[in-house]
Order: sequence, then C-alpha cells, then structure tokens
Amino acid sequence: MAEITLVQAVNLALARALAEDERVLVLGEDVGADGGVFRATDGLLARFGEARIVDTPLAEAAIAGLSVGLAAQGFRPVAEIQFTGFIYPVIDQLVNHASRLRTRTRGRLSCPLVLRAPCGGGVRAPEHHSESPEAMFAHVPGLRVVIPSSPRRAYGMLLAAIRDPDPVVFLEPTRLYRTLREEVADDGAAAPLDRCFVLREGRDLTLVAWGGAVRDALAAAEALAKGGVGAEVIDVATLKPLDADTILASVGRTGRCVIVHEAPLTGGFGGEIAARLAERGLLSLLAPVERVAGYDTVMPLPRLEHLYLPNPARIVAAARRALAYA
Amino acid sequence: MAQQTIARFEIGYRRCLGPDGAAAGGLPDFARDAATLIALYRAMVRCRAFDAKAVALQRTGRLGTFASSLGQEAVAVGVAAAMLPQDVLLPSFREHGAQLWRGVTPLELFLYWGGDERGSDFAAARQDFPVCVPVGSHAPHAAGVALAFKLRREQRVAVAIFGDGATSKGDVAEALNIAGVWQLPVVFVVANNQWAISVPRRRQSAAETLAQKAVAAGIPGEQVDGNDVVAVREAAEAALARARSGAGPSVIEAVTYRLSDHTTADDASRYRDDAEVSRHWPEEPLLRLRAHLAAAGRWAKADEERLLAEVAAEIDAAAAAYLATPPQAAASIFEHTFATLPAELEAQRAAVLAEAPATPAVAAG
Repeated sequence: MAEITLVQAVNLALARALAEDERVLVLGEDVGADGGVFRATDGLLARFGEARIVDTPLAEAAIAGLSVGLAAQGFRPVAEIQFTGFIYPVIDQLVNHASRLRTRTRGRLSCPLVLRAPCGGGVRAPEHHSESPEAMFAHVPGLRVVIPSSPRRAYGMLLAAIRDPDPVVFLEPTRLYRTLREEVADDGAAAPLDRCFVLREGRDLTLVAWGGAVRDALAAAEALAKGGVGAEVIDVATLKPLDADTILASVGRTGRCVIVHEAPLTGGFGGEIAARLAERGLLSLLAPVERVAGYDTVMPLPRLEHLYLPNPARIVAAARRALAYA
Repeated sequence: MAQQTIARFEIGYRRCLGPDGAAAGGLPDFARDAATLIALYRAMVRCRAFDAKAVALQRTGRLGTFASSLGQEAVAVGVAAAMLPQDVLLPSFREHGAQLWRGVTPLELFLYWGGDERGSDFAAARQDFPVCVPVGSHAPHAAGVALAFKLRREQRVAVAIFGDGATSKGDVAEALNIAGVWQLPVVFVVANNQWAISVPRRRQSAAETLAQKAVAAGIPGEQVDGNDVVAVREAAEAALARARSGAGPSVIEAVTYRLSDHTTADDASRYRDDAEVSRHWPEEPLLRLRAHLAAAGRWAKADEERLLAEVAAEIDAAAAAYLATPPQAAASIFEHTFATLPAELEAQRAAVLAEAPATPAVAAG
C-alpha cells in the first residue's frame, strides 16, 4: 500500500464517495479542470464528468446556497471553499439555512452537505489564507465541525461526513496537506464523527489539540518524554459534537491539561474544553488548565506568523508550568 | 473612432386588466374562461381572509408577529397558479397566497406564524421550502433546486419570490448570475411592493426597473402589473414554460403596493404618508378582477357574499384548530436538530425535560 499525503487522502475519499453514491457531487471554485487550488479534486473531472464535478462562478455565498438547494433535493453536495479567509460569506447560509432546515421543517427537508475548506497557518500563505475559524462554526447548533490531523483520519472522516445526513464543516489543515505521509487503505471505512482520538498515552499530563496543532502537541510530547514526562496527546478531531468523555477520562488520570489551538485565545474552542473540565473534572485537576493558542490579534503576515502560531516550545513551557504547580 | 453600441437591452411591461377591470390589451386564453378567473379571485379572497384573521389574532395576543400581504395577493396567487404541483416554491414571508394555492393549509400557516415549527411541515407541497426570513437568502437555494432538476433531467421548475429590497442583496445577484451561466430551470419573481420596511423603492436602486437586474445576468427580465393577477399568471406561465423546456431562467418584476404595515410590529405612519396609501387602494388586485367579472356578468353580489361566507368559515375553523393545538412536547426542541441526537446533547435534553411542565399549555390562547 502506497503512502499518501493528507490532500491525496481527501482526493481518495472524494473519489470513493462519488463512485459509491450517485447523489454525491463536488462543487466549488476551480475544482474541475484545475483540480482545486490544492489539487484536492485532481482527476475527478476526468473520471466523473462535468455533471458531478461542478466549477462554479466565483461566489462563495452562492456555493453554500446552491448546496442547500441541492441537499434539500436529495443530493449530497461536497462544496469546496478555497481558503478559510473566503468562508465568511457562507456563514449566513450555514447559520440561517443549512444548520436548521431539518428542525424548521420537523424533518420534512434536510441538508446533508459537506463544506470543505483548508484552514490554519504555517505555509507562508498570503493575507486571508491562514485563519482558523473553527470555533465560529462550533457555536452553530445543527452543524458538525471536523478537523482531521492525518491522511488516514482525513480519509475516514471525510467519508463519514459525506455519508452523514446533516451538514458538516470539514476543515483541512493546510500545513499538513503535504508534510505527512501514511498508508491509507481505500476500503471505504468511515471514521467516527463523535469521538476524540488518543494518539499517545501518558500519565503525567494531557495535551489536547486539533488540526495542525496536533503535530506540535506530538512534538512537544516527544520533547517532554526526553525529560521523563509522560504526556498523553488527544486529537479532538470532531469539535462538534464534542467527545468530552475522552478528554475528562484522560485528565482524570493525569490531573493536568494543556489545550493547544491556532485560533485566537479568546472565544477559541479551548475555552469550551476548559469549561467542561471545570464543570465535570474540577476535582481531578492538580493544576490550572493551560491554553497555548494564537493571540487576540489579527494573524500576522507570513514573516511573523511563526511567532503567532503555537509551537512545541510554547507547549512544553506550558506543560512545565502545569507540572510545576503544587 | 466613434464609440459603437455593442449591446442593447429593453424591458417590457405587461398588463392585461386595468384598475377598473377593463381589458388593457389582449387577454390570454385562460382569462376567457370565467371559472379560471373565479378560481384566481377566490384564491385572492381566501388569502386576504387568512391575512385579516392573522392580524386580528396577533392584535389580540394570540399570534406572533405577522407579515401581511394585503394588496399583494395577485403576485403570490398569479405565480402559484402558473406552477405545476411538481415544481418547487421558495417563498419569502409575504407569499401566503402562493402557499395556500399549493396546498399549504391555513392551519399550518397559523401554526408557523404562531411560533410552532410544525407549521412548516406541510402535508402537501412536501418539497416546497419554508418561508425565508433573511431577505433574499433563498435565491441561491432556488438555483440549487433547479440544478438538481437539471442534473436529474426532470421537467420541473424552481420558483423563488422575494421583495424589492432583496434585489439589493448579493445573494440575489449571485443566484441570478449562476442561473444564467448554467441556464437553470428557475424563475425569480420580484414582488416589488415599493417599500422595504421604511425604505422606498427609489432609495433601493437607481435602476429604472428591478426587472433589468436580469440583464447583467444575461437572462430575460420583464415587468408586469403585479396587481393584475391575469398579467402575473400570464408572465409566470411564459417564464415557467421557458424554464421547463430547457431555455433557462428569467426574472419577473411584479409591481404592486404594500397596503399594510411591514409587519404587525411595524407602524408605517412613521415613514409613509397615509395619502400615498390611499392613492393605491383603487389599484388593489381584488377590486379589479371583481370589476372585470362583474362587467362580464359573471359575478354578482350574491356570489361575493357566498364566497366571503365560505372562506370565513374555513379560516375561522383553521384559527380555532390552531388555538386548540397544544404546543409540541419539550423534547421536540432537540428532536430534529440532527437526524440522530448526538450523545453530547442528551444531558441538555434531559435538562429541558426536567424543567418542562408535565402537561403542555394550549398554544397561545
């Protein structure tokens, strides 16, 4: 089995879904002949044709709105937004329509769409290309919010998202698109959309992360291990619905927790996880919960983005503060 | 070199019946059949009776905020009458007449406006969209529904209705543009009632007509007298036939007038002269079709009385049924958030169940 990248795994899952379900179609800007600006849809036009791989005019709100109409009619649209900086016009469609069509009509109409977008920084991209808006989507009832952190997970979670009967926002960490390869079996097996994954076990503290930050957390755990500290690493993977039980169980064992995300600190999804720990795990905490996040500033342009993004050193420092707390 | 003209556009205007009910030009074939005209008239009377009852219920604290369609009945009824049952309607919030024509019941509409989601779970017109409140945001849905029809090679048409204010929005521009590029089977109807809450038509756009919004999208647009149900139906039939045959989308601007406040929460006297409203009453749509039928000897006082009584009985019964409908069970808040309730929401569901009274109170009585 060949090792493939995360973006190739996305492509593999899209092809699988298109082949197995004629209701699935892919739409977005440059998804056809160009194969998507990141090549996530490379080769799909040749294989599945223009009726199923649909290049749209340059109109993000309409891409989401079209998807609502298609989904209400029984299609399974998988829409691509080129960068998260361009995703904001679709929020109206997601909040006011996609997420609530089912409940507004008591299940008469529903909205099984997937909205894919690359997210996060670390690839020296231009302005508006490196943002992490996951908490905005996680705040919307009726949406699922998924961020894979490896090729295998991307394959299984994207298949699950496409098969899910409700709308899913599927954010793909840009900096992991090509930096990581692993074997991915094209077996059509979906990964669960309601579970966190423990990527590394450890008994001294818990590192909780998602998306690109998972790799930083794993690197930090490796560094901590060299100092004799066992760090458990949890990939949240699905922010909404949140599998708080897995996080609580881990922190129940370790008593210390560092939450890592690229998005700005205030109102970030780390705050929600910290709140769950305060509500249900307070007595097991041996130290205040630490958060390593982007700052409450506009994300700097590429020359300084390394100072903004969480990195292993910042995570290790936070872990050491948590460990030193008595 | 002198500048050349490289493109020319014109916008037509259609009217069949003048305000006095007299034919203002050729009538379409359907308008020569009195039974057809009476059915249109009946639908407008029914819509107005529903409307009046809804306002009365709201004024007495038994319905939520309501958007009256007083004076605009011909737009909704004329468009719906041109549609086939298998077409899909995507209404704004002032198209009660279209919904009623397509089989949505007065009870369902009362439930919706009374604050109960079951009002959008229509027993008929199962694929029609629910009312769209965020202005114009349903226009792209219509393009998506139409794309679904086109991909499945179905001879069906999506019909979106929105107001003059909606034409200022990007959603509408994007939807028209995409429908044009892909030649989708969709009809966009602008119910131009001259007022977007307090902003008059002239402050909404510098364009001479709203129908010409179609021009930039490369699709046909026409303006029609929106208080003339015959003209609206004729224009809509042409647009639907065009879409159904694969010839693509179109825009109809139906020029009408909002005789009511924007909603029951609005007081139009803050921004609009009563004299202006009074000037528009003689042009309202029921009056002219009734005058037309009466002049043809097809409508007498007794017919009118019989129709009003019949419609009042239906609407009163629906209102009584609405008032007697208990609210949904507390758990219904969670029931349709997702197809399957995520485990994470179970605790929240249990919390609302613990708080809810054992016996639900009656709707809004």
